[in-house]
Amino acid sequence: MKLVCLSNNPSKPCFVLYFKGVTLMLDCGLDLTQILSFLPLPLVCGSRLSQLSDWLLATEKFGKQGEELSKELKECSGRVFVNGVLEFSPPETRIVDLSQVDVILLSNSSCMLALPYITEYTGFKGSIYCTDPTLQIGKQYMKEMVTYVDRVPRTKACSLWKNDNIIKSLPLPLRDAINPKVWKKCYTLQDIESCLSRVQVVGFNEKKNIFGALTATSCSSGYSLGSCNWVIHSDYEKICYVSGSSTLTTHPKPIDQAPLRHSDVLIMSSLTQTPLTNPDSMIGEFCVNAAATIKNGGNVLVPCYPSGVTYDLFECLSGHLDSCGLSTVPMYFISPVSDSTLAYSNIFGEWLSSSKQSKVYLPEPPFPHAELVSLGRLRHYKNIHDMQNDFKCPCIVFTGHPSLRMGDVIHFIELWGKSATNTIIFTEPDFPYLEALGPFQPLQMRVCYRPIDTSLSFSQANKLVKDLRPQHLVVAESYTVPPVNVSQRPDLVISSESSPITYKQGEVITLPVKRKFECIELDPSLAALLVPVEIRPGSAISMVNASLVVKDNKYVLEPLSGPEMKKTRTGNKPVKPKSYIFGSLNTKVFVDTLSKQGITDIKLEDSDDGSIIHLPNDDTLIQVEQGSTHIMCGGDETVRIKIRDTLLQCLQKL
Amino acid sequence: MAEITITPLGAGQDVGRSCILVTIGGKNIMLDCGMHMGFNDDRRFPDFTFITREGRLTEHLDCIIISHFHLDHCGALPYMSEMVGYDGPIYMTHPTKAICPILLEDFRKITVDRKGETNFFTSEMIKSCMKKVKAVNLHEVIQVDDELEIKAYYAGHVLGAAMFHVRVGQQSLVYTGDYNMTPDRHLGAAWIDKCRPDLLITESTYATTIRESKRCRERDFLKKVHDCVEKGGKVLIPVFALGRAQELCILLESYWERMNLNIPIYFSLGLTEKANHYYKLFISWTSQKIKNTFVQRNMFEFKHIKPFDRAYIENPGPMVVFATPGMLHAGLSLQVFKKWAPHEQNMVIMPGYCVAGTVGHKILNGVKRLEMENKQHIDVKLSVQYMSFSAHADAKGIMQLISWCEPKNVMLVHGEAAKMDFLKNKIQTEFGIDCYKPANGETVTIETQHNIPVDISLSLLKREASFTGLKTPDPKKQRVLHGALVMRGNKLQLIDPDQALRDLGIKEHNLRFTSTLYVDEDGASEKLAEKIYMLAKEKIPDQPSQYSSDGSVSVSDVMITVSGEDDDTKSVLVTWSHQDEDLGSELMDIMKNELPVIVD
Repeated sequence: MKLVCLSNNPSKPCFVLYFKGVTLMLDCGLDLTQILSFLPLPLVCGSRLSQLSDWLLATEKFGKQGEELSKELKECSGRVFVNGVLEFSPPETRIVDLSQVDVILLSNSSCMLALPYITEYTGFKGSIYCTDPTLQIGKQYMKEMVTYVDRVPRTKACSLWKNDNIIKSLPLPLRDAINPKVWKKCYTLQDIESCLSRVQVVGFNEKKNIFGALTATSCSSGYSLGSCNWVIHSDYEKICYVSGSSTLTTHPKPIDQAPLRHSDVLIMSSLTQTPLTNPDSMIGEFCVNAAATIKNGGNVLVPCYPSGVTYDLFECLSGHLDSCGLSTVPMYFISPVSDSTLAYSNIFGEWLSSSKQSKVYLPEPPFPHAELVSLGRLRHYKNIHDMQNDFKCPCIVFTGHPSLRMGDVIHFIELWGKSATNTIIFTEPDFPYLEALGPFQPLQMRVCYRPIDTSLSFSQANKLVKDLRPQHLVVAESYTVPPVNVSQRPDLVISSESSPITYKQGEVITLPVKRKFECIELDPSLAALLVPVEIRPGSAISMVNASLVVKDNKYVLEPLSGPEMKKTRTGNKPVKPKSYIFGSLNTKVFVDTLSKQGITDIKLEDSDDGSIIHLPNDDTLIQVEQGSTHIMCGGDETVRIKIRDTLLQCLQKL
Repeated sequence: MAEITITPLGAGQDVGRSCILVTIGGKNIMLDCGMHMGFNDDRRFPDFTFITREGRLTEHLDCIIISHFHLDHCGALPYMSEMVGYDGPIYMTHPTKAICPILLEDFRKITVDRKGETNFFTSEMIKSCMKKVKAVNLHEVIQVDDELEIKAYYAGHVLGAAMFHVRVGQQSLVYTGDYNMTPDRHLGAAWIDKCRPDLLITESTYATTIRESKRCRERDFLKKVHDCVEKGGKVLIPVFALGRAQELCILLESYWERMNLNIPIYFSLGLTEKANHYYKLFISWTSQKIKNTFVQRNMFEFKHIKPFDRAYIENPGPMVVFATPGMLHAGLSLQVFKKWAPHEQNMVIMPGYCVAGTVGHKILNGVKRLEMENKQHIDVKLSVQYMSFSAHADAKGIMQLISWCEPKNVMLVHGEAAKMDFLKNKIQTEFGIDCYKPANGETVTIETQHNIPVDISLSLLKREASFTGLKTPDPKKQRVLHGALVMRGNKLQLIDPDQALRDLGIKEHNLRFTSTLYVDEDGASEKLAEKIYMLAKEKIPDQPSQYSSDGSVSVSDVMITVSGEDDDTKSVLVTWSHQDEDLGSELMDIMKNELPVIVD
């Protein structure tokens, strides 16, 4: 059993697991942090971003080549950015054969954005499993990203800066870019359609059979709508894969821990990216900061994804605004997929926390944002062009993309960035906010960083591991040492009694699971033929000689069929199953039985280790020892068989 | 041998009051708990005294499963759980859990408030009954206890209708509830995987019908409605609040829009309106097409269809009214019917099955003069149309479902006895499996046979595979496996025989034979040995033979030693162990026949 880690970011995991001849891919996360090296895609021409100066040091450092290079690289406040088509860093697939991947198991909508890179144009022909909300919301995430990229016609792909001799002299963070040559352009809407058309949806606790060899079961992970952890079972082994999980109470169905218990291997990924902050207090401060800005007449900008925690932000913020008497302040939600993500949130009642679920029974929409929308307090648009007419300040704008490299958020930063009464509040933990703001500096707008990461914290993860008691624990290497900037916090690591096995990108690790047993079925007609011999109370044994039928990786034993039994060495005699005899011979009983068979001339002698029985009439000598008997006779087979059968009567046989 | 016993308390050779008791693997399960629309007395509910004459049902039942929210499948639930007494789990899907209490409350109101019955379940009882309900998702495997598990499949009959797969150990059964095998305007078709249950309990409402295409029926329906309203008539369509109502609303709505009609369409207030809300929130349980387009346009937001008010009954001019309940046995639909029945330009369209005893059933059978409760009479002059819109599988659909899930036995319920016979024969001849159709109270026992699961050591299994090497196994050639089955308590293990003997502390008794033959042949003993070697090779080609120059020959594990002076009689010593008894005795035979052996 082997595990290959393909992702560089444990929060956007991608693994390949080899188990019982089946190749499974676990999640398909797309690490987006490297797009911070690119210049944002502005919505309007002539914005400040398009007027940035070329990187001055280029010609100085690289001479003639530098002139070319300076077209690729722009400088802003001392940082250098790539001025070209956004490129994404897909999982490292060069170490696996994608055409051999049988199944992809997806955990949640934020761990699947690299899927089209895996399934399209690669020879992949397996199946993909995820829950319905994961599929629908994940599709919206992909569509949003593609729409953002497509909206801005930047066509120039930059590759000169990636040259080995140039990149090593570039300033950080470009210099440390990992494998920029394999970065890829964004996929298309057609790719999304074709990729997701292969997905088969599963319910929680649905047992999905994989080639008869394994079953994969999803169980709720409490992180987002339809998010799950996977339990991969064979008849005797159990591997659990824990991805984005949350033990907090937010809108999704709570985490289901019971199926994860007592596994042979527990693979853990996607722990919190902000170990130093507490999501509950962050969401409180988010509301307070937003309300304070509004009270001062400023606007609030919240870069966000179109689903997930954003639903909770709507709920908490509207409640807080009510309590501050600011109910009339409009909230705008701008995303190419805002209508879909809001609509989908209403129809996944089965996947929600029980309090939200009970609303559906009334019947009422489960999320309060449905009411906010109908009251006009929350307005949603596909893009800023659609909202021009009813835009009222002060207001709160939720829009993407949290990387600040694409989407309508760029426009709002340029619009509001010059005034210190406005506030930008970062809540998504995926991107370091200072780097994200890089190309917009200098910025007068107030900046708040209130990351809300509901994934497991280190202490929650350690507690979970303790409860689940896996035989072996597998975690990211980075989880075994404290985060770089807080090395004095030794509690921010995964600690288990036995030191965990670690993974990092590009590594192939052998999981210490030794398979010993497989399940086989006995046909009842075969079972009827067996004659078990009781060796001692409660223990019996029977020799089985049977025909093995293998179908769909299931093994069945059936009685040997007629024609095969006849096909023996010489012809007519059936092959007798190998037989076993055991026990020690009681010489006296043996002699008595022999005489009953008509052999009367018996001489019994004791020898060193047993006895010797001499049958002078039959020209036979029987040497009896502890656990062995040797019959030496002349060529008369009838005599030998008579003695043999008599002996077998006196011994136990299988 | 294991068995499954089944007793229908209702729906045995009948439609209505579905309630089937099953014992499988020692677990007692009640499938559905419905009421009968055709009766107003005790026969309305299943006879729970069959389970126990005294006391509560809790200790006699492991769980109750409700397939969908129609009252003939869940109408007796509060009576059973609160008045007879049951505190165990009740399983149903989320939409059923949401809608069921509303229909029960409606049923209670009609019975108690309108008909003035006492000794009936109360609103409180409905509430406390629903607290015992556990909601299930499609395909989720629910572990009721350590041994019993259930799994729901989409049935497509009404919103949230499900078929249930019940499994205890290796025994399993599927109960279909009501299902529909053709997708319609608002629901998808039933689906099940090849789960190969021991028993399939299927409804058989349309056991003998093979219905024409849905499109024809729809066109027919629209034409009839249109013709009637064009002539100034009123159209009454009695429906159940949920299900057909939504499908027909979608149908009429799009037709009205296409034909640009402005004749009013009404549906009875309250229930149906609320029902549309449920459809909006449970859209993931509707058809694929509605799911795909719901973001742009929710199909359940109707423009042309408006809420109905009782006062409209007297309104002049044409109109179309959807009113509950569907069998004209009570409520608004009956009230409207009474008013409109005496006028022949009007029309009533019965879009579904009507249970015997209801007004709907009577008029469908051509009764022209109805007797009502207080000795009044109604002349039925309006045109009575029957359109089979109720979403049940027809004979073709039932056969299809059987071929999908490949059951070992089939049981027909929820249908009429005479029609069942036809289908029963068809199933028996086409699939060659047993088919049962018990009447209410009649118990059927089905024997089941299963393979016995055993743990096999991987090394033993792999050893067998190593014989064939990397070659694809020849499917015609038998693969033989030899092992020792060790039984310790309930645990069965198939392992390597030597290992098994070691584990059990058994010492194998080593039995060896040595037979001496005297051969009268001249020449060197080596020569005789060589001759024996050649003989063995020829006669027993599939065993490895070896000849060594010291005058010994081995055939597999049988040793043959020849000794004796050149011109003397040779003695041939043949030694083998009991394991090789066959080979040893065979060699003895061969040598006796082929060599000049001296016999005493």
